[in-house]
Amino acid sequence: MISIARLLRQLVVLTALLISPLAAFAQGADDAFTRLGADSYSDTARAVEMLVTSAHPQAAAIIEALGDGRLLAGGGAVIVKTRDGKLIDAKTGQPVATEPAGLSAVRLNNNVRRVVQAALGGLGLLNPDAGKRIAAAEAVFKSRDVTVLPVLEAAIAKESDAKAKAALRQAQAAILIVKTDAPPFDRLAAVDVLRERGDQEALATLRSLPGDASPALKDAQGRAIAAIEGNLALWRAGQNLWYGLSLGSVLLLAAIGLAITFGVMGVINMAHGEMVMLGAYTTFVVQELIRTSAPGLFDYSLMIAIPAAFLVAGAVGIAIERGVIRFLYGRPLETLLATWGISLILQQAVRTGFGPTNREVGAPNFMSGAFEIGGLAITWNRLWIIVFAGLVFAALLAILKLTPMGLQMRAVTQNRRMASAMGIRTGRIDALTFGLGSGVAGLAGVALSQIDNVSPNLGQSYIIDSFMVVVFGGVGNLWGTLVGAMTLGVANKFLEPYAGAVLGKIALLVFIILFIQKRPRGLFALKGRAVEA
Amino acid sequence: MSVNSTRRVILGAALAGATFLGSFLPAAAQETIKVGILHSLSGTMAISETTLKDVMLMLIEEQNKKGGLLGKKLEAVVVDPASNWPLFAEKARELIAKDKVSAVFGCWTSVSRKSVLPVFKELNSILFYPVQYEGEESERNVFYTGAAPNQQAIPAVDYLAKEEKVQRWVLAGTDYVYPRTTNKILEAYLKSKGVASEDIMINYTPFGHSDWQTIVSDIKKFGSAGKKTAVVSTINGDANVPFYKELGNQGIKATDIPVVAFSVGEEELAGIDTKPLLGHLAAWNYFQSIKTPENDAFIKQWQAFTKNPKRVTNDPMEAHVIGFAMWVKAVEKAKSTDPDKVIEALPGIEAPNLTGGISKMLPNHHITKPVFIGEIKPDGQFDVVWKTQGLVPGDAWSKELDGSKDLIGDWVEKKCGNFNVKTGKCGGA
Repeated sequence: MISIARLLRQLVVLTALLISPLAAFAQGADDAFTRLGADSYSDTARAVEMLVTSAHPQAAAIIEALGDGRLLAGGGAVIVKTRDGKLIDAKTGQPVATEPAGLSAVRLNNNVRRVVQAALGGLGLLNPDAGKRIAAAEAVFKSRDVTVLPVLEAAIAKESDAKAKAALRQAQAAILIVKTDAPPFDRLAAVDVLRERGDQEALATLRSLPGDASPALKDAQGRAIAAIEGNLALWRAGQNLWYGLSLGSVLLLAAIGLAITFGVMGVINMAHGEMVMLGAYTTFVVQELIRTSAPGLFDYSLMIAIPAAFLVAGAVGIAIERGVIRFLYGRPLETLLATWGISLILQQAVRTGFGPTNREVGAPNFMSGAFEIGGLAITWNRLWIIVFAGLVFAALLAILKLTPMGLQMRAVTQNRRMASAMGIRTGRIDALTFGLGSGVAGLAGVALSQIDNVSPNLGQSYIIDSFMVVVFGGVGNLWGTLVGAMTLGVANKFLEPYAGAVLGKIALLVFIILFIQKRPRGLFALKGRAVEA
Repeated sequence: MSVNSTRRVILGAALAGATFLGSFLPAAAQETIKVGILHSLSGTMAISETTLKDVMLMLIEEQNKKGGLLGKKLEAVVVDPASNWPLFAEKARELIAKDKVSAVFGCWTSVSRKSVLPVFKELNSILFYPVQYEGEESERNVFYTGAAPNQQAIPAVDYLAKEEKVQRWVLAGTDYVYPRTTNKILEAYLKSKGVASEDIMINYTPFGHSDWQTIVSDIKKFGSAGKKTAVVSTINGDANVPFYKELGNQGIKATDIPVVAFSVGEEELAGIDTKPLLGHLAAWNYFQSIKTPENDAFIKQWQAFTKNPKRVTNDPMEAHVIGFAMWVKAVEKAKSTDPDKVIEALPGIEAPNLTGGISKMLPNHHITKPVFIGEIKPDGQFDVVWKTQGLVPGDAWSKELDGSKDLIGDWVEKKCGNFNVKTGKCGGA
């Protein structure tokens, strides 16, 4: 049945070809279109290769559409859907007025995707846009498709852009490494080109040198690999430092609110993590509102969520302080139990309200992807979180040191009765301080929504780490929290490659326990005559 | 330390309160057949298990519309073990001893199953367990409707080796019993296929791990040895989202280093932007995207039941559908809900699965299932790129591990779960 259908289809295509002006060169392409409609991955991959060799005028557009999932096939028709939604017949390049019935997007698997990338690489080498040429060279670098070599050499000969030329040369080198019948001298030169490139991919390419290479070539390869590895090892140390700072900034964000409620006020707030969670859910709600009512503002959604999360978490914090905690001052055990109960209630309330599954918080464009400095891969979202943590820290420090409210806060925490005698309404200051700490936790939620799950359990995973940071850094000292968070972050990331994530964490906990034995008040102990409550 | 124990006290108190309220549910007027549902509705596992509770309620409602079972209505008894393993055992005891349920559908994590096991043995009841697990178990009172390792992990590795030509393997998992056992099986299997030790990297992370920067860059480094590399992920639950986000951010594409996951399904993907995950893989026995009349009807019914036209379905849900259908058939066959009679009736029972085949309960209390490999699509669904010919029978004991390769579970003829075919005796190795 199937073969008859295929025969019929080929017959149709053949008749179409006879009257088509493209018939002259479309002989190879014609089979390709049949294969595209066959809904088989191997046929699709083969079709892409055929299109490339057929020199069909639409080949690049068709393959690009295939890669984007914009190529439709069915009932013998193959149609390209352009980015702006127009339909074009793939065979003739003519616009199609009405969409034929029974069309579906041609499916891809990883193998087809690789073939598409390689094909686009080969086709894009002569693209007038230098950026596209570089992308094409990268694709060829990865695919190492030997058949592209003549085109590649032609492209190198007429290339004028220095960057593009380097990329093309690297692609050529990658092919020469695997092409065993290339001139030995060229292959030796290729090793040098890759050594100059000096990154992970160059390493991978060098290592794929076939085993039957000449001793001279193998020798050069060995030296190049050693050089790149030595270089990369240095960069890895830098990378670990960066990861550590980035983890430290997350810890700082999660802990800094606690440094105020626990450190400054002495309240053991087990519901702190839930404030973080509320901040993350506020971000989700803000994004949902923006998605439905003002999609254009999406890139600013996080900026809008920042004050919203601060207010929501802060308000909940004030409510908790006024409703529960103020009756429990001076009774740490009861406070601990009560706030832990509150944390359970908040979690279950969110679970009932939003459902137990994760909510999707999207990343604005400026926070997606990564860039490289030398061998250092830096992801944008982590960079922004570090910047954000720094800003929050500075703002909090400024509030405590420079504003009247900060002055009153410090007065109340240092000597409550004296402050009260001076006319400070201590109850109000308590509520505001607690609200500030909770609000900052809400801000942490905005940042964490970018790297973690937005689920009711979000806060739980940070509460222990936050207490650890505050206790380690020294209770009641914001600078201590900063140093504590960064130290723990960096130590964790330097331990992880050797000890693994599980053991690394255990080692760190043991270290802190020992440290607290030695210095019970943390890194930066408050000196002076602070009156214990 | 004190924080931990006080936590437990509060939790206990809160739950005791909840149970107390629960016991005031109106008593049924006529005699019913009770079905226990033991899934966490709060705590960390609520994210996955709440859905299964809803599926069971829907199936029971459906069965009642068809006239119930043995002329009686079915009644669901829902309890909340709150993701707390010891509480699972308590709740199981309550369901069996106090509520007198005829069978229990429940548990997700292996540790919760292990914790209820003694209760089911002692009180002689039936548990249907719907989740893919590490195997190495065959109990008289438990029926495993999820995948055993040979119905998920091994076919997935075969696919990668054959279709993607993978030669280097990263086995990444969360640090607990399922990933550890599965990775042990996979490591033995890969080595038996001639993969060298240095081409296997094993990595474990704590539950809820959220900082994947180092591990992802390690994977990148491991993958730059000039051989095709893939990640086999047994990372559990919430930790997957930050893992995939980090993969996307560090620019690891499925065409370079594909990740095949055993715990990531449609439900988990509902919480992530899936565009950067295009082409990463998952191995399951069911995908929502599979087009069969049974599946279409089920999806429609589920979305109507949850009143959410976007609600997704997943593999453990299908396992409950199959398990429930098998239980109903077994009760009808035994003409009784007596556990002994139903346990005897169950092996050999067949029930249609949602992907067009007929699954069968085997003497080792596992079932036959098809295996599918799916690639993640931009809309959070999976595109099936490979499937097994026919159904694969579940092995209770892995053939790859030294300790278990001679064992079989056979509750029909041998009357034991760990029959040693070499020594011809029950009782393990």
